[in-house]
Amino acid sequence: MTGSMTSMQRTLGTMGFKEPDQVPLFLLFTMHGARELGLSIHDYFSKPEYIVEGQMRLLKKFQGDCVNPFTYAAIEIVAWGGEVIFREDGPPNAGKPIITKNADIETIEVPSVEASPSLLSGLHTIELLKKRVGTNVPIMGSVISPFSLPVLQMGFEAYIELMYGEPDLFWKLMKKNEQFCVAWANAQIEAGATAIGCADPLASPDMTPTDLYRKTGFIVAQRTIARIRGGVATHLASARTLSRIDDLAKTGTVGVGVSAFDEIGAVKRAINGRMVLIGNLNGIEMRRWTPEIAEQKVKEAIAKAGRGGGFILSDNHGEIPWQVSDSVLFAISAAAKKWGRYPLNWVPDEG
Amino acid sequence: MTIQPASTPDILDTGHGNGKNRVPSALLADLENALVSVDRVMAVRIVRDSCVTGSPFMCLETLIVPALEEVGRRWETGEVALSQVYMSGRICEEIVDTMLPAGDPRRVDQPKMAIVVLEDHHTLGKRIVLSVLRAGGYEVTDYGYGVSVDQLVDQVTRDNVIILLISTLMLPAAIRSKEAITRIRKILPGTKIIVGGAPFIFDPLLWKEVGADAMGHAASETLELVRRMAAEVQR
Repeated sequence: MTGSMTSMQRTLGTMGFKEPDQVPLFLLFTMHGARELGLSIHDYFSKPEYIVEGQMRLLKKFQGDCVNPFTYAAIEIVAWGGEVIFREDGPPNAGKPIITKNADIETIEVPSVEASPSLLSGLHTIELLKKRVGTNVPIMGSVISPFSLPVLQMGFEAYIELMYGEPDLFWKLMKKNEQFCVAWANAQIEAGATAIGCADPLASPDMTPTDLYRKTGFIVAQRTIARIRGGVATHLASARTLSRIDDLAKTGTVGVGVSAFDEIGAVKRAINGRMVLIGNLNGIEMRRWTPEIAEQKVKEAIAKAGRGGGFILSDNHGEIPWQVSDSVLFAISAAAKKWGRYPLNWVPDEG
Repeated sequence: MTIQPASTPDILDTGHGNGKNRVPSALLADLENALVSVDRVMAVRIVRDSCVTGSPFMCLETLIVPALEEVGRRWETGEVALSQVYMSGRICEEIVDTMLPAGDPRRVDQPKMAIVVLEDHHTLGKRIVLSVLRAGGYEVTDYGYGVSVDQLVDQVTRDNVIILLISTLMLPAAIRSKEAITRIRKILPGTKIIVGGAPFIFDPLLWKEVGADAMGHAASETLELVRRMAAEVQR
């Protein structure tokens, strides 16, 4: 994004809870680069060079403050021996579960990053991006949290029943997933990622009750984040955060992705300088926004969460849907520049 | 273990205001607490001890369904988590299956219903709705997940489905439900279609855009919609 600082300086400034020149804007594109290159989503994801070119074109076009080497969540499942199902108009899905019965947890082997072509491809994307952006633009690595990965490994229903009914096997799976997640995250840091976005939707109070979370996902997150050699920002992937902010702050995460269903001002107050707030534009609804609505939504988010730094404007899921038009994205970018310039003198004191 | 708001009356009328079906509110609260605590044994005991007389349907309508509806309401207000909603539905489904097995003649007098995950591989939402509907005494055909528009249109037409529930998690699949609904309406104009899933919650106008008759925010709300639609089509 244009301004007196580089995107990296702007992002580090806000992460230090200082007001940089303007509110950083993270437009987390995954598929849109395919459109820029005139490729299908499937073909676009097939080569790191395509992804890098797509990200660089999107960075220039929409003037955001980060590049995103992330492709799709199921890339981790491929490393575990699973399959991916592509579609023409959206993110690929993970195929059939790789854990079909609980006993499989005993024998399933943790994949090695070095021996996983899908992960090596992701690392190469990061290396190439690093060559292009240097230290001027943050490169957001991505992992799925060990606590949430089982949704893809074994299916949501089976995983919930495991959590409630088979604690020993649950912890065996967590141990394996933690080993994988830490290795995958650290490999991305070594390849050049500035920080790691950790998708952990099951950490949301929408998904897991507080007492169960504190006995499970919270412990897993603390152990995992402590072993990752870089900053980790936790994203609950559209699920609400507000009533879990205190727990999340104690996991060691440096940032939190906030839902469109959270009152962003209340979340900012609850965070109270302990984590950077990332969010919370409604990506699904964004598809039908007009440029005028986009500007209004950006303005509202900045008014409620921008003061004092500690805020990165972004969508609420960590991925802009394929169906969101360029006109809306241009409007978001323009509004971020117009209303996000510090100091935010236009925001009433009570913000 | 019972936690009751001070204003809760001792007897709840769950008979849609006609006063016929009355169950002690403490019992209802006990069952609800057992469900959100995922205490299968307690839930089974409560239902077994309180449904010794009367028909299974009476037990469903006065105890099990109201408890599930309350769990669903508490999910919408953020008081309970989706994992608890899922487990509550599964426990109640198991209980009801023992009282009223699938295929029981008492379930037959219902409009033909089916549920599907369209072009999507996330099945939790469907599973929760299916459990709640079955716990409500409904027979529902499960068309599974990852079903294409063509497959769905063929299945619905073949089975002459009267109430269809479409679940999606991903936005592209939710948008594609428009094509499925349009084609089904051409063949079976009387079929009622309910959609549900995250895209419809994040975009409250989407269910109208795809041409559905209604959307279910939560499984318990879907049960109420199904109940109302079933009554309409049987009139």
